[in-house]
Amino acid sequence: MPQINETFALYSERFMLLAAIAYAIAFIAFAWDLVQNSKTTKAVLAHSEHAAAAKSRTRVGVMAGSMVTGSNGSLDPEIEGPEGRVQRPTFHADASARDTGITADDSMRYGSERRVPARVAVALTLIAAVIHGAGVLSRGLAAGRVPWGNMYEFCTTGGFVVAAVFLIVLTRRDLRFLGTFVIGLVLVMLTAASVAFWTPAGHLVPALQSYWLVIHVSIAVMSSALFTLTFAMSVLQLVQSRREGALEQGRPDKAPFMRLVPSALSLENMAYRINAIAFVGWTLTLMFGSIWAEAAWGRFWGWDTKEVWTFVIWVVYAGYLHARATRGWTGTRAAWLSIVGYLCVVFNFTIVNVYFAGLHSYAGVG
Amino acid sequence: MNDSDPLKDANSLKDAGSLKDADSLKATAHERQNPATGAAPGAAPDNAAVVLPRLGFFGTLRWAWRQLTSMRTALFLLLLLAVGAVPGSLFPQRPADPAVVTKYLQDHPDTGPVLDWFKLFDVYSSPWFSAIYILLFISLIGCVVPRAIAHYKAMRSQPPRTPRRLSRLPEYGTLEIPAARGIPAGEAIRDAAAALKSRGYRLEIRDADGDRPSVGAERGFTKEVGNLLFHTALIGVLVSVALGGLFGYSGQRVLVEGDTFVNTLVGYDTFTPGSNFDAAQLEPYSIQLDKFEVKFDRESKSHYGQPLDFKATLTTKSSPSSSAQQQDLKVNSPVNLGGTSIYLVGNGYAPVVTVKDGDGKVAFQGPVVSVPSDGAYTSLLVVKAPDAKPSQLGFVGFFLPTALINDKGVAVASDPDPFNPQLNLNSYFGDLGLDAGQPKNVFTLDTSKLTQLNGRDLKAGGIVLSPGASYTLPEGKGSVSFDGIKRYVALDIHHNPGQGWALIFGVTALLGLVGSLFLNRRRVWIRTGNHADGRTMVEYGLLARGEDHRLAAEATAIRALLEKRWLAPGAEQAEDSNGAQSSTGRTSTGSATVSKDQ
Ligand code: HEM
Repeated sequence: MPQINETFALYSERFMLLAAIAYAIAFIAFAWDLVQNSKTTKAVLAHSEHAAAAKSRTRVGVMAGSMVTGSNGSLDPEIEGPEGRVQRPTFHADASARDTGITADDSMRYGSERRVPARVAVALTLIAAVIHGAGVLSRGLAAGRVPWGNMYEFCTTGGFVVAAVFLIVLTRRDLRFLGTFVIGLVLVMLTAASVAFWTPAGHLVPALQSYWLVIHVSIAVMSSALFTLTFAMSVLQLVQSRREGALEQGRPDKAPFMRLVPSALSLENMAYRINAIAFVGWTLTLMFGSIWAEAAWGRFWGWDTKEVWTFVIWVVYAGYLHARATRGWTGTRAAWLSIVGYLCVVFNFTIVNVYFAGLHSYAGVG
Repeated sequence: MNDSDPLKDANSLKDAGSLKDADSLKATAHERQNPATGAAPGAAPDNAAVVLPRLGFFGTLRWAWRQLTSMRTALFLLLLLAVGAVPGSLFPQRPADPAVVTKYLQDHPDTGPVLDWFKLFDVYSSPWFSAIYILLFISLIGCVVPRAIAHYKAMRSQPPRTPRRLSRLPEYGTLEIPAARGIPAGEAIRDAAAALKSRGYRLEIRDADGDRPSVGAERGFTKEVGNLLFHTALIGVLVSVALGGLFGYSGQRVLVEGDTFVNTLVGYDTFTPGSNFDAAQLEPYSIQLDKFEVKFDRESKSHYGQPLDFKATLTTKSSPSSSAQQQDLKVNSPVNLGGTSIYLVGNGYAPVVTVKDGDGKVAFQGPVVSVPSDGAYTSLLVVKAPDAKPSQLGFVGFFLPTALINDKGVAVASDPDPFNPQLNLNSYFGDLGLDAGQPKNVFTLDTSKLTQLNGRDLKAGGIVLSPGASYTLPEGKGSVSFDGIKRYVALDIHHNPGQGWALIFGVTALLGLVGSLFLNRRRVWIRTGNHADGRTMVEYGLLARGEDHRLAAEATAIRALLEKRWLAPGAEQAEDSNGAQSSTGRTSTGSATVSKDQ
């Protein structure tokens, strides 16, 4: 067993601290982006509202709220449900709205407008993630093993994966509106790691010395990172759909910054796509976990607390996938299931690891 | 141009007046999806609800069956399953930890029995939990079977007929082939069919020589196959688990260094047979524990004394007559023998103790298994000497591998390795309560009929022994000596004939799931027609079944194929009209579709 390298361990902690600072600034930049855009769009809105006053329909500058005209809602009732679900006609794309280019259109591709704060925020996130990655790597080098063997390491590595997944998705889709949310969560994870779960670098107890640790836990962490993104989207979806409903009834816009955020339906669809991938990941987590359990304890399933919660999460997300195919359960209800699923993930990770006795008591706390 | 084009109906989306068209589209889209059973997603509840009032007995049964196999019920049962599983993590469970449950019942005399009545200590074998998953799986079967039949039929039948108004489909576009190219509608439709075929579509050409020939095409049947495979494999997993419960068995055995375990019923400390277990299933292999080595972290300051490695060296014989073999057993790497797997699940110290009775005869001698209670192996132990005369003797105490006297003057364990081993005992005499014939836990001493001889609070004080030392009990009751230390391992031995199957079905389910989630099932229709002025008008429409965010990309790809075929070889006169045409085509696609690329 290689010796613990204290120098690397020290570096790791410095990197974590630096990363946290960079994330904090990125967080502020993302928030600034939201505020600034809500101002810009307000201006655009006032302008176009003025111009469009003669027309019967108000043209809100950005897609979200304005899409819900309801007048086109009669595409074909039967195309709802699993068939052509994607086209659920809760909104209708307004070409001129996209042309303002202030934000991504509903496909969440990048618009034409340069959003300086958002760019700064993404750049900072990238820097933070690189430093964070160096921190995770040096922690691994310090211990001579994969850096996910206790709560401190789950949190730091998990946070890194969340940021990395976010950045990877950003290369393809404009999810910058999620920035405050996601980076906020990463900050929470880093803070929790260093305040509540701090553990010096060390070797693994025999129960964790298995290549299944590498496979099972890494997939669990990646799936959780994806669930984190969809959780953020589902929350925004709920807010957005309330706002859309209010706007449709001609009530004032109480959350103007939400103009930056795509429509509830696009959020739902994007969350579904990511949840589908994460669900496969979670299925793998469950399967690899039970193979490991078989190797370690001689039974692949024993309703240990950790197993129970992994199962509960799996079933909740299976319910979510079903909901998306069940009439009357798409939209808001599906979003709630996605949120409940994520709360279970968080519960499984924190409360169950720390307070519940079980075979999985390796949290390395206390 | 739009006006003159008989095929084009770009505005149809907005003139929602023509419901007949909507219906025809619906029929097309759903004709194979809604089998009479109503098992298709979302379809059943409404149908059933409408029929409800006029039901007889069988009608009611049918109605109940439809309710049970509806998507809504499946969702409800799934969520119920999730909720139902939770209490099992909140309350101690008998199968995992019977002693904790007993203690819980003692500590909560009011609520305990109520919780027990609701089976909250046996959640996963409780009637209500079983009811949830059995209903769920009945619903699953009721769902999968009709769907499989319907899908089998769908795979064998022709693609659905061409809807009258393609423009109502989520992806729609038009093309026109200039008159100069001289491709009539019939030829164009065959070209289009070839293009679709090259993209893997199954198709049928309709009315090829008619006025408005069309082609209907479909692909992605594997998606549904994947879905069916996934759900069916879940049944397989459940059956495998049940199989393991019927024919499997598991047992525990504590083995001290030098001891041998023989795989017979009497060899086990505890044994849990499956309901169809037969003692003849046990193969009489034997395992001797030669040595157990433990390595603790001695380098790290922060994790000093944390275990790094446990290794048991075994001598095994697969049958009494076969030759002996050396095998290593470690955590995470079981030994397989005689159809069972043997796991290292625990370890500890077994101090070797000799108890002599008042007559000076040896009443007990041998290693005593102690139960570690913390990382420094503060180990609790009980010694019973029922054969001692004139009165039975009992000892309760703890073993410390490295004893340290703390500031309160109490001996505590400070290290898991035996650097300064110490045995601390209280002694008792009287009736151990072993003769009543009831099984007694070897790790507890019932002191209700015993009189205490030694203890911290008594005048005689407690017994403190280091290896090799002995102590003479007060009142001439005998003596006790601490002769040495051995280590022991706790083994779990399992036989589960279902687990291989569970793995196979699990992998099948996973593959099915991936296919079901990431493949796309799509339909494409293309219709052509000859315009009076010699142009050939083409329109196409696409429809997805299920989530399909790449439908728009597919439409673009098909369009590109068609353009390449008909418009590409730079025919001059086609150029400007082409340019105009494709842009109108796109625009019309854009306005007729709603956010395709989700
Ligand atoms: C053991 C319980 C079940 C589990 C864990 C489960 C899980 C899943 C999952 C993960 C999916 C997503 C795959 C996909 O979207 O194609 C799915 C889809 C589906 N399930 Fe289940 N399911 C269960 C029971 C049922 C039952 C009882 C029914 C029938 C009533 C059913 C009908 C369906 C249907 C129709 C789909 C396809 C939905 C779509 O078109 O997207 N499932 N199921």
